Amino acid sequence: MKPVLEVRDLTVTYPARRGAAPARAVDGVNLRVRQGEIVALVGESGCGKSTLARALVGLVKPTGGQVLSDGEPLGYSAAALKAYRRHTQLVLQDPGGALNPRQNVFDAVAEGPRLHGLTDRLDERVHTALAKAGLRPPEQFAGRFPHEMSGGQQQRVVIAGALALEPSVIVADEPVASLDASVRGEILKLILELRDSLGLSALVVSHDLGLAWNIADRVAVMYLGRIVETGTVEEVLLRPKHPYTRALLSVLPDSGEPPVLLTGEPPDPTSVPGGCRFHPRCPLRAAEQDPRCDGEDLPVLTGDPSASSLAACHLVQ
Amino acid sequence: MTAHERTTAPEGQAAPMLDVRDLRVSYRSGEQTVPAVRGVSFTLDRGQTLGIAGESGSGKSTMALSLLRLLPASAQVSGEVLFKGEDLLTAKWARLRAVRWSAASVVFQGAMSALNPVRTIGEQIREPILLHDKIGQRAARERAAELLDSVGVPSRRLESYPHEFSGGQRQRIMIAMALACRPDLIIADEPTTALDVMVQAQVLNLLGELVREAGIGVIMISHDLSVLSHMCERLAVMYAGRITEIGPSKQLIAEPRHPYTRALGRAFPTIGDPASRLAPAGLPGDPPTPSELARLSEGRGCAFAPRCSEAMDACRTDTVELWPSGPRREAACLRVLEGSGT
Amino acid sequence: MTAATYTSAAPKAPRRHAFSRFCRAYAKRPAGLAGLGLLIAFGALALAAPLFIGDDQLNVIKVDGPQLSPPVDGYPLGTDQAGRSILLLVIWGARESLSIGLIATALTVVLGSAVGLLAGHYQGWVGKILMHVTDWFIALPSLPLAISLSAVLGQGAASITIAIAVTSWTATARLVRAQTLAVEARPFIERAKVLGAGNTQIMIRHVLPNVMPLILVSSTLTVASAILSEATLTFLGLGDPTSVTWGSMLEAAFLGGAVTAGAWWYLMPPGIAILIVVLGFTLVGRAVEHVLNPRMVVGR
Repeated sequence: MKPVLEVRDLTVTYPARRGAAPARAVDGVNLRVRQGEIVALVGESGCGKSTLARALVGLVKPTGGQVLSDGEPLGYSAAALKAYRRHTQLVLQDPGGALNPRQNVFDAVAEGPRLHGLTDRLDERVHTALAKAGLRPPEQFAGRFPHEMSGGQQQRVVIAGALALEPSVIVADEPVASLDASVRGEILKLILELRDSLGLSALVVSHDLGLAWNIADRVAVMYLGRIVETGTVEEVLLRPKHPYTRALLSVLPDSGEPPVLLTGEPPDPTSVPGGCRFHPRCPLRAAEQDPRCDGEDLPVLTGDPSASSLAACHLVQ
Repeated sequence: MTAHERTTAPEGQAAPMLDVRDLRVSYRSGEQTVPAVRGVSFTLDRGQTLGIAGESGSGKSTMALSLLRLLPASAQVSGEVLFKGEDLLTAKWARLRAVRWSAASVVFQGAMSALNPVRTIGEQIREPILLHDKIGQRAARERAAELLDSVGVPSRRLESYPHEFSGGQRQRIMIAMALACRPDLIIADEPTTALDVMVQAQVLNLLGELVREAGIGVIMISHDLSVLSHMCERLAVMYAGRITEIGPSKQLIAEPRHPYTRALGRAFPTIGDPASRLAPAGLPGDPPTPSELARLSEGRGCAFAPRCSEAMDACRTDTVELWPSGPRREAACLRVLEGSGT
Repeated sequence: MTAATYTSAAPKAPRRHAFSRFCRAYAKRPAGLAGLGLLIAFGALALAAPLFIGDDQLNVIKVDGPQLSPPVDGYPLGTDQAGRSILLLVIWGARESLSIGLIATALTVVLGSAVGLLAGHYQGWVGKILMHVTDWFIALPSLPLAISLSAVLGQGAASITIAIAVTSWTATARLVRAQTLAVEARPFIERAKVLGAGNTQIMIRHVLPNVMPLILVSSTLTVASAILSEATLTFLGLGDPTSVTWGSMLEAAFLGGAVTAGAWWYLMPPGIAILIVVLGFTLVGRAVEHVLNPRMVVGR
């Protein structure tokens, strides 16, 4: 299976703001999403996962590296981006905010097709997309406005809007974080169904490891602009190698292990530590005292999807 | 109601610290009255922790805030909130203000908006101490430093402003403020919702420790069942303004009797559990909207019936209330009454 | 269910619903209704004026009333020094005062909204230049500018209208720019971009409809200030000397010695008329603002 979406050595640096150093939001990332695969990108807020998602859909222009779609590097001219967006779509965290309050459901879903000149049998296209997103019967929803719908329904409208363009990849940034617990499972189910029925690939960005367990095939754990561990969900979540992944898993209420609470300053992309970027907070380094941890930089993980798991750590090679 | 009191208040003991009886809150919106809390009763003793779980719109926050009358004027509250034998719903404002800081305090959801941005943390922690404990500036300063240290924020930062702290630190400061006057009761409304997993674990750990040490009663509100089940001894699940199931946390999670508790529990998968691998569990449909709730309140029937996979005809017509479903447990489900609930 | 059902009919129904909801909410604001009543009364009088006021009552050569007389029978508000009825002059003056106010406002709102929208959307050098130009216009003292503009363009309604528009569009531009920035930060703009929307589509389809309520509110308040400006400029002698407006009445009263003669009936009516119309627009503007409060519209 060849990757439908790939990033190579991607970096995104935001220019310095008043006195602060430039923020290295994404600092060297390799990642591949193959046909029909769901990849979860997990990490805490400020780790650069949302910036990476935006770079993948061309909203943020990378300062280095490449985004490749079906093996072709992404161009940043208006025409190239528009063409790209027919096949890679974004689903945002807050469905209430992602819908224009003054547009009804039909117009919100028809927006993409209209922008791309797919107005031939637009009605059918919109209804099909609404039905695929689980809003059935579509006629009942087409005339509604966002504020007349629940959060789950709004998110389905956002997803329908993406599906109306018949994309091959969906990038979802925290698609269920603002939804209620009972609705969360329904939306995740929908993403799985779309993969099974349409062969859709997806990159799902989340802070929630349970989400990865629920729907993803592979998972990438991000810390301070880099992917620190990646592999199949079973490998990474059941047999974590990297101390950061282990700590994240240990603080989950159902982990059954004593929680490893990380101390020290929260990660700051304007001052990335040298050596291993996790070393100031790493419980393993504190125990082992290996000089490589703060002295020797780690290579960027290759993101090779055939490897069962890879970890960026001096101590667990 | 009598069955309920028997199971929640241990026999032969003094009255509980907090005794909430048939609490009802409704909001007036236009000409319509929209119920938010539709009859909630529970008790809480010193040193006990009660978790209240529910989705948005379940009335859990409204219920918690109404205990200290922190709701806007458009809310109509009825019932009884007996705090150390005194009904807070009818207490005078001056008395209520005294209770709010010194005896019962609140940790709000958004720490940024609950802290005053133009005053230092030190001033804000000292304020209630000076007001209620009637001690000098110097002693208050010492107490504030002590409190800040106890929540893991260096006390040298007393003179810093809220925006100079991270989200997790601000939430810790909120906890320090809540503890300032050594209250008997803390109401924590989604104290960790906006925080990262790691920070959330730290804050919850801290709250748990402080509460155990000081023997404070805690009511903690969250949408996250798994967090609550680890923080609290007892758990109440709310749906559509009512408690649908209440009992010891461990039992409620391990053997839920109410279908809604079951669905809510499955929504948070356990990593490593093969049943949830590539199988997210949700609940079709949506919670009742305010107007549906208004209609529900007039008639009978279980509010959860439209989304329930086990609903019977009787669920739509019969009155449903909390029935004993095991030792120290109650559930508002007809299946429990039948004895056929799993 | 054909294509026409949703693309045309379905969206309209909720919109009509929204309009009727707006009207119902507006009807609950007594101050807004009072303002609307005042404006309708003045507007109706101004529109109907030609039906009952003829040239013979306005032409200084043809009138035959007592000169500078206090209110008497047949002249309920007295007369001016040429013997014309003050009441009829005030009614006639409403025509030009209101139309200058409305046209100047329309120009202001169109120019200000366009600049504000562009400056808010293009935050690069285009936005910077536009805001520099706006700042420059704000720094210009409005009254001297208006006076010199009238001098260049010649006396009359047209030059006064342009002078008002040129000096007042900056406020609208700033307001619209601020609101545009707020709307642009909302997630649905990001969604539209990813769906493939270009700059024009984002501005027209997403930003403008969300800025519109604010523009509406601000324009009702702009009308009030435009009418005041019109009165000021005409009072200073920059209007068309042959036409009757509230400003020119005040000017004529002042020059004709109404102040020294104690002719209060000449000075008061146009002043009160200005006051009532300004009050009317302000009340309507405030009521609309309350009803369209973005928190009510956008919030759930």
